[in-house]
Formats: sequence, C-alpha cells, structure tokens
Amino acid sequence: MSSKLRILVPVKRVIDYAVKPRVKSDRTGVETANVKHSLNPFDELSIEEAVRLRERKQPVEDILAVSAGPAKCADTLRTAMAMGADRSIHIDVPEDKALEPLGVAKLLKAIAEKEQSNLIILGKQAIDDDAGQTGQMLAGLLNWPQATQASKVEISDDTITVTREVDGGEETLKAKLPMIITTDLRLNEPRYASLPNIMKAKKKKLEKKTLADYGVDGKARLKTIKVEEPPTRQGGGKVEDVDGMISKLKELGAI
Amino acid sequence: MLSVARHSALRTLRAQTCSKSLFAQTQSSSLARLLSTLAILEQKDGKINTGSLGAVTAGQKLGGPIHGFVAGKAGKSLAQAAAKIQGLEKVIAVENEAYERGLPENWAPLLVENIKKGGYTHVIVSHSAFGKSLLPRVAALLDVQQLSDVMSIESEDTFVRPIYAGNAILTVQSSDPVKLLTVRQTSFPPAETEGGSASVEEGVDPKVESPTEWVSENLAKSDRPELASASKVVSGGRGLKSKEEFDRLIPPLADALGAAIGASRAAVDSGFADNSLQVGQTGKNVAPQLYLCAGISGAIQHLAGMKDSKVIACINKDPDAPIFQVADVGLVGDLFEKVPELTEKLKSQS
Repeated sequence: MSSKLRILVPVKRVIDYAVKPRVKSDRTGVETANVKHSLNPFDELSIEEAVRLRERKQPVEDILAVSAGPAKCADTLRTAMAMGADRSIHIDVPEDKALEPLGVAKLLKAIAEKEQSNLIILGKQAIDDDAGQTGQMLAGLLNWPQATQASKVEISDDTITVTREVDGGEETLKAKLPMIITTDLRLNEPRYASLPNIMKAKKKKLEKKTLADYGVDGKARLKTIKVEEPPTRQGGGKVEDVDGMISKLKELGAI
Repeated sequence: MLSVARHSALRTLRAQTCSKSLFAQTQSSSLARLLSTLAILEQKDGKINTGSLGAVTAGQKLGGPIHGFVAGKAGKSLAQAAAKIQGLEKVIAVENEAYERGLPENWAPLLVENIKKGGYTHVIVSHSAFGKSLLPRVAALLDVQQLSDVMSIESEDTFVRPIYAGNAILTVQSSDPVKLLTVRQTSFPPAETEGGSASVEEGVDPKVESPTEWVSENLAKSDRPELASASKVVSGGRGLKSKEEFDRLIPPLADALGAAIGASRAAVDSGFADNSLQVGQTGKNVAPQLYLCAGISGAIQHLAGMKDSKVIACINKDPDAPIFQVADVGLVGDLFEKVPELTEKLKSQS
C-alpha cells in the first residue's frame, strides 16, 4: 500500500542560459530589464521528472508548481503547467526584494505543510545566483531526508532510491517518503510544451499569494556591496601549426 | 571627480547608518576579537581528502584560531592525521561509523552541536559534492544564510563569489552571527599536511539517526591526477564525434603531458566521457597551469569552469569559436590530425 504522491515543484524565473549577462554600470547588479528570461534549466528537469513519475503509473495525485518573484513569474508557472504541472501558486515578491535561499526555503516549508506535499523536487541550483542551497535548506527545516544532484529516481511503494552525482562518480541512496530531491542535468530530457498543452495550461489554476499569507518575512541577511565584471582574458592569438603550439606553450612555461 | 564624489557620499551614508546602530557595531567588534573558525575536513576510507584542506587555508585569511573537524569510522586515526595539518590549533574528532558516508541527515545535527559548543564565528567546508550537500542543511538549522563557492575573503563578514556562471563577481556582506562558507577549491590551495601540532579533542555526538540509507557507489577509477586539483588538464568536446575517437585521441595526449582528462557538457551528454569529468558551471571548476582542449567551442557554461586556468590552449577547426577569445595559444585545424601530431611530438621530446 503506497501513499499518494503530492509533488511540489518550486521553479525560478532566471535570465535565459544562453544570454551573456551584463553587469550594470553602477555595479549594483546585473542588467535584467529587456533581457530574455526563462524557466531555470534545472527546474525544467524537476517538472519533467514529476510528470514522468505520473506517466510511469506512480500514484501521483497532484503536481504543484510554485514560484516567488515579480508578476512575470506567472509566465514561468504557465510554462510549468504546459509541461504537465496540475496547478500553481505565485507568491508575489517585488524584484528589488528578491528572496535569498533561506527565505525561499522557509516559504516552501510553509507551502509544503499547507499543501501536504510528500515529495519536493527542486533544481540543484539556479543559474543566476549559483547558490545551490534551497533544497538542502528546505530538507533541514522540514527534517526530511534529502538526495541532491539526482541522476536517477526510482520509487517502489514508499521507498525512493536515488542515484546522485558526486565527485568522481555516483552514489545510490535510499529513503522513505516524505523526501527532498534536487535534480542534476543527467536526470532526464525535458519535453517541449506542445501548443495544445500551452492552451490547456491557460485554464489551469494559478493562485496568487503573498509572503504574509505564509507568515514569512523574507528579510535579507546578505547585503550586496558590489557586482563587477570578471577580469577579462586576453586571447593570445593563434599559431600556425603544432610546432608553433609547442614552442608557445614552452615560452609560457606551461610544458 | 564624479566617482570620488559618489564615493564620499556613500561614506557619509554609511557613517550615518553605523551611528544609528551603535549596538550592532559594538557587538560586531567584540565578535572580531573572539573570531574562531571551524574547518570541516572530508574523509574517504579513513584518509583526509586533500581538496578539503582549502578550508584551512581559507580560515587563515580570517585570522583567529582554526579548529579542524573530522568524523567517521576511523575517528581517532583521522584526528592524528589532522593534527599534523599546518594552521590548525585544535582538532575536534568524532568516532562513529554512522558518519562514514557523509550523510547530511546525521552530519548536520552533528555539526550544529559542535558549532554551538565551540562558539565558532565561521564554519568553512570545501565546495565539493559533500560540502554542497551538507552545509546548506546546517545553515537552515542555524537560521543562517550561507555563502557558496567563495573565491576570496575580504574581511570577517565580506566575501567574494561568482554569480551567473562566473560572468559577474559579487562582493557581499553577511549580517549573520555565524558565517557559513563553502570555498572554491581552485581559489584556496590545500594546507600543508605535515609539520602541524594541533591538540585533539573529542567532539559532541548527538547520535541522530539518518533516515537515508547509503546503498552503493560507483566511482570512476583512474591512475591519472584528480581533475579538480591537476596541474594540467586535457579536455575534449563534441568535436571528437564519438566515444571511440575520444578514447583514441584524448588519453594518449593526457598521458604525454601527465594531465587529467576533462570534457565539455556536450561530450558528456553524448556519452563520450563520464559525467564526473565534466568541466563547467554545473560540473567541476578547474584552474590548472595548462588547460588544453580540443573540439570545444567555448560556451559560457564551459568557460565558467576553466577560465581561471594559467594557460589555455585550444585546437578547433572553427576560427570563430569563442574559445579562441580566451585561449593564450590557439590552433585552427582538424583535431583528428593535430591531436595525434601533438601527442607524438610531445612524446618524442620527453
């Protein structure tokens, strides 16, 4: 007798992975206005995995996508629903008050408790802040087992077996529901949302909430002092042939 | 002129906010006097992982005493090995087989207890799979916003870290009472493992059981230097076309140089190379003396993992590939000809 899966999938709207971010001239951050944004690539994997669990005839009762951020996060949630999430919640947070991972984890804890989620699948990191913390923090706050950087997830009854990517190879862990999983790139190949599914997603439920609804203050612990361009490398030019390469490498002391 | 004006305006503003929070200021300066660091050392089969010793080096940038932390089945012998690490004043050791596999579910409460007991102001662990999986869980239990992949320590509360795949560098100040950091291995070289004489103390063991069970592991075996710490790396990408060609061309070149082998995401995704060899934003960060790559175009995500290398050399048939913009030595040509030629010529020289 296995319990029904109530899956929570947090998603983040980030600058598209193919765009090279530009640092603002006042060094307060990265230019986000008029820049293409998308669903964080690791979060696409989370949605895909949740949908595949249902397709593999696991007892998936509900797939809930949530996102905290400015109004445009609603688009991100529509994408998640077009990929197969059943419904979504948008927590309105102004762009200049963006939550830190700890704040997001506290918010997700409150949502998971209210929605009675028993499996939470998150991306291993957001490609903007590259923190890689939210899933583990959430697992700590809920005191649930965690399996990060998952490349394979198998469920049988209440036991989840996860293969995770570690330094030098992979390891396999086993735990019982409820559980937190964070996704690595090798987990699956996310699907494209088809036009009919995009149309259907428009009719799916998207609730609007605020941080106050969940009793989360979202106060920042970190203060940005400055954001700078990384030092640029000077391309050293090209060589004609293999001998040229070897002598240049010798000259540079690399061999 | 303008920037000077802006600067002084900023200073005035800062002075104002400081005077408003006099209490906070005295609190932070008393903290500075009592600054102490816990460096978490990783172990594998009873041996301390060299890569994790960067945590000690990072601790030295802060000033103040540094204590090392080890736990596992061979707690006592680990403690003895750790006591010789230069820079450590004390080693806190916990001997219990439950910690052997580094599971965050029981490691996190273990660390929380020991951090509280020792009253540490800073806790540092290497930004490895172990550190990345564990420290955020500890941070949540301590109600602290952790800092990931720190590249540089400016002061006791100000740290520098990459964001957007290293396309921007963020300097950030933490207001938390305890600072939790994972540090970039390539920015903090390992501390010396001989010559130290730290005292050893038994840590607190809360004996929390892990709900997660370790089943098995499958690690790629190799006699080559470890990718993250190798002084030379030879890396292959999609241009190699197949696993057969990757295996035919890349290992001999790596052998000729005594280098570790890396790969781009495209090469890993196409099955040419193992996942653990991936270099980039979502793979490993490397900063070797020489990074020599073939058939890699140089996407943002790949550059994120290797652009701090001392010398970058590349072979690519597309003269407009972005990799040429960062390479110190670039050769435009067919890698199926150039790589074997390079391998032969390097071999005959040594």
